[in-house]
Amino acid sequence: MRARFVASEVWQGLRRNLTMTIALIITIAVSLALFGAGLLVRQQVSQMKGFWFDKVEVSIFLCTKNSQEASCNGPASEEEKAQLAADLEGMRPLVQDVYFETSEEAFTRFQEQFAGSPIADSATPEDLGESYRVKLSDPDQYSVITSAFSGRPGIERVDDQKQVLDKLFRLLDGLQVISMGIAIAMLIVTVLLVGNTMRLAAYSRRRETGIMRLVGASKFYIQLPFLLESVIAALIGAILAVAAIVGIKIMLVDRFLEPSFQFTPFVGWDTVWVVSAILIGIGVLLAALSAVFTLRRYLKV
Amino acid sequence: MIRFENVTKQYKSQHSPALRDVNVDIERGEFVFLVGPSGSGKTTFLRLCLKEDKPSEGTVWVAGKNVGKLSSWRVPHLRRQIGTVFQDFRLLPNKTVFENVAFALEVIGKPRGHIKTVVPEVLEMVGLDGKEKRFPHELSGGEQQRVAIARAFVNRPEILIADEPTGNLDPNTSIGIMKLLDRINRTGTTIVMATHDAQIVDQVRKRVVELADGIVVRDQARGVYGYAH
Repeated sequence: MRARFVASEVWQGLRRNLTMTIALIITIAVSLALFGAGLLVRQQVSQMKGFWFDKVEVSIFLCTKNSQEASCNGPASEEEKAQLAADLEGMRPLVQDVYFETSEEAFTRFQEQFAGSPIADSATPEDLGESYRVKLSDPDQYSVITSAFSGRPGIERVDDQKQVLDKLFRLLDGLQVISMGIAIAMLIVTVLLVGNTMRLAAYSRRRETGIMRLVGASKFYIQLPFLLESVIAALIGAILAVAAIVGIKIMLVDRFLEPSFQFTPFVGWDTVWVVSAILIGIGVLLAALSAVFTLRRYLKV
Repeated sequence: MIRFENVTKQYKSQHSPALRDVNVDIERGEFVFLVGPSGSGKTTFLRLCLKEDKPSEGTVWVAGKNVGKLSSWRVPHLRRQIGTVFQDFRLLPNKTVFENVAFALEVIGKPRGHIKTVVPEVLEMVGLDGKEKRFPHELSGGEQQRVAIARAFVNRPEILIADEPTGNLDPNTSIGIMKLLDRINRTGTTIVMATHDAQIVDQVRKRVVELADGIVVRDQARGVYGYAH
């Protein structure tokens, strides 16, 4: 194996097809960047899910004197409250935590939320009523609580925050599917473009490869420069894509999103590095595979 | 060295075979002219020796190997034992004379030091010493063919196959090329040369195998181009 000879062949090949090489690098960079962005969004969504679902609570509101619901007959009685507390206790480990919010506490929170608004002034602690805040070990199982308690005497209604979040996450999931779809389409384009570029390269160097065959060069020796060319182009493209991903992390996440939305966590550098490694791996692998398959067809020995 | 046993070659796109039941035995160190009109099967004969094609029927033996049964990864090894020269030289225009000859050794992984000693030797042998740094377009046709012969011979193959090597050259230059091939033949290399050049065949008086429509119609030990007398 003559490393210097192979290196000079590769360099000449890349230079001779300079425009195609540039097109290849840019396509690989764009498609990998899109793919990487899709992966980041995916990671972001699952991180947000973990964060928010952890905080999701099911609220069981007890009847107040104003309640109109059929299950209510004036404020909930002490026996009803005790029965409810005992039932919740019996539902461990699904029920992780139970917090009893008194009308005074609810009133204070309400005053804070609507400070300065006329609603805050007109409300009294009795209007707001008492509630149980139930935290579940598995937020997806909220229907167990709902079906067990809604409609029971003394209970006004059962509210589940997850239903609200579900709508948001369905939107995010949709965005994620779209971005992944675009990224996969771009990766297919990349594979086809690598194949086409290799075909052109094989054609433009048919003199050299023809002589190589005649003097008895091995298949490996004939194909190696082509393979290295596509792998090098893919590597440069992947590095550009990684730069784009790092740019997104710095410009969009660190400088804009994180200061603006402090209540939710964003993807960290560890995720960015994992995604970068995936991009480089996928880029090089796709380029190498597509080059090998094309060369098998166009560079017969 | 080369033996064709009842070889028939049928190309899919043509209805009559390119070679029909050909039996030829070429000994080590022989010099054989392959003559016949265009389309008579000369090039097919040479392609079968190189395993560019497989025989449809029969067996082709080259350097002791059954070429038809050779697995594809062994083909490069076969081709290293055969030097090839063509009518159109097939030099690389962007490489110098030295680089063109060195290329044949580089691509089979020969070490740099070996190349540096062997290439000047072979260039001197073909009469191109002092022209190592020229590019093909700076050379005459005869000189270009000498470069091609140097490239074919630099790895000291046992067989040299030449497909109309003088086809693009004037008669005087052709004689020079023939003298060179004769010298190579005298080093023990078997030479098979397909040609249209009646003058050369008649002058050199070597063995002549004549093909017509894929059939061997003549095999003479010291033959001439056409049927004489």
